Amino acid sequence: MYRYDEFDAKFVRERVDQFRDQIARRLSGELTEEEFKPLRLMNGLYLQLHAYMLRVAIPYGTLNSRQMRMLAHIARKYDRGYGHFTTRQNIQYNWPTLEDVPDILDDLASVEMHAIQTSGNCIRNVSADHFAGAAADEVADPRVYAEILRQWSTIHPEFTFLPRKFKIAVIGADADRAAMKTHDIGLQVKRNEVGDLGFAVYVGGGQGRTPMIAKLVNDFIPENDLIAYCEAILRVYNMYGRRDNKYKARIKILVHETGLEELKADIDAEFDRIKDGVLRLPNESIRAIEAYFADPPFEQVPSTSKTFEDRVASDPAFAIFAERNLHPHKVLGYTSLTISLKPVGSPPGDATDAQMEAMADIAEQYSFDELRISHEQNVILPHVKLEHVTAVYDALVAADLHSANAGLITDMITCPGLDYCALANARSIPVAERLSERFQDIERQKDIGELKLKISGCINACGHHHVGHIGILGVDRKGEELYQITLGGSGDENTSIGKITGRGFTSDEIVNAVETVVDTYIGLRDGAEETFIDAYRRVGDAPFKEALYGST
Amino acid sequence: MKAITANHLTGGHVVFFASGGTWSKNMDDAALYTNDDAFDAAMKAAHLDQDRHYVVGVYEIDVELAAGGPRPQKLRERIRAEGPTTAYGDDVKPEFSKAA
Repeated sequence: MYRYDEFDAKFVRERVDQFRDQIARRLSGELTEEEFKPLRLMNGLYLQLHAYMLRVAIPYGTLNSRQMRMLAHIARKYDRGYGHFTTRQNIQYNWPTLEDVPDILDDLASVEMHAIQTSGNCIRNVSADHFAGAAADEVADPRVYAEILRQWSTIHPEFTFLPRKFKIAVIGADADRAAMKTHDIGLQVKRNEVGDLGFAVYVGGGQGRTPMIAKLVNDFIPENDLIAYCEAILRVYNMYGRRDNKYKARIKILVHETGLEELKADIDAEFDRIKDGVLRLPNESIRAIEAYFADPPFEQVPSTSKTFEDRVASDPAFAIFAERNLHPHKVLGYTSLTISLKPVGSPPGDATDAQMEAMADIAEQYSFDELRISHEQNVILPHVKLEHVTAVYDALVAADLHSANAGLITDMITCPGLDYCALANARSIPVAERLSERFQDIERQKDIGELKLKISGCINACGHHHVGHIGILGVDRKGEELYQITLGGSGDENTSIGKITGRGFTSDEIVNAVETVVDTYIGLRDGAEETFIDAYRRVGDAPFKEALYGST
Repeated sequence: MKAITANHLTGGHVVFFASGGTWSKNMDDAALYTNDDAFDAAMKAAHLDQDRHYVVGVYEIDVELAAGGPRPQKLRERIRAEGPTTAYGDDVKPEFSKAA
């Protein structure tokens, strides 16, 4: 894992002191809310429906057990005993007081964490594949480059006041587990024909009210040019991005309105101008960052485990967990284990302080002290010996963290919605809870198979509904919550934007409507092997519309 | 019928403008206005409290009188007044409370 150097540590401490002073000036009345708001947003502090909300950065979703314990401590001491993990692999606290925030940031700094650039029109926390450094299908660890991007983008003076927020994701395999093509910049680490490392660069993806899939702007830029190329993109965006209209200010609109070719020409011209200057990454610097992400001391172990196999044979609940929540690891005899934060009838992505402590303990003992947060709002133990999966499972059962639903219909992405968010039009969490209750039978979930259900409480699409196989969008119709269904979206290597089926459904109707969609799929699929998204792509939306609305 | 709401600057919590020019966390204490002049005067006082950095984000809400007392008309404001409609933290998983 990356460790702060003296510059990082000094900078974060100075920033805490600076914000402490700004908060004191706000509380004394020296600063008005108008003056204070941009300052608090730069430090991840929002004022939401009920209270302040602090969003803490977890760079590329990687943290150690000491950091996870600190997140638990903050939940316990300053909040209401829980935190909410987000689709940018961050954590949000829903109830801090303004006067406690400096102490929270001090506590975070003591474990090399902060809340900088988790809000505002700047480059946000860079996200990455949650199986980075562990996945069997990986070309190279994307976190190396996410960390380089973090260092480059942190208080980058030129990009602190962009037209709008800017999100970057990095993946290291052909499989896209980070919704890379829904980002302002998406990077895929790859090797060219002679084996050199570099990146395919995608630009202009995004969700919100105008969902767009990122377009390939460069098939291969060499590793050393990562920063120069990204700087060229940001510079072109900063110059031409629309500042006159908040809803047209993201780079996706610039790409759409300008056209990829013209924009690419501008980017390439700027890149040519700067690529051989100070932004060219020296090999030794890349290798130095890479060393932080070196493999933990894996042991040579058998590829199978009798303890594991025996438990699979004797314990049906464990067998389902093993089938759903384990991901192939690059080292024989190891696995990456998903801790689902989607138990039946609970808010997706929430964890209590006690659960965070439990996850930290398990990671320390069984996963080389490492945890990941996935953009799907789950926690990952990246490096677990197959031999230890039974012990990990038992510890998860004791902490009520053993939901065996990874990738299934109840493993939903859900935004906080109108229960917390000042921007929301409708509630999301209660809908998710009722859906998880309706589909709680694990055998039924397994039969339905892989199905990505994603719920947003407003058109800003924080719940990624556009890329849900089934998406739900909450809207307000004359004071009543109404839920639109979209079908056919996907946030993986075959990214697609879902299509609205038709009129929305009331809160009372929406669970039945989703069930109708699911039952329709079951009825028309070409065998149990054909997943929902494959079936949808084969038959289109007509059978689903017919089932939902009847013949028109 | 109208009431006036804001967030407390220091705590961030939701508050309602109450009689006597005070602020209360409890919607039941909210002063209710049917008269424009009285409302305008209260709004002016509420904004003075904002200028004095006691509260932030002052605005008016429509309320109706229900059996239990005043109730905001819009769902958003009801959730704001009463808290999330979904359980959270230890209430979701009582057996893993921090007291355990």
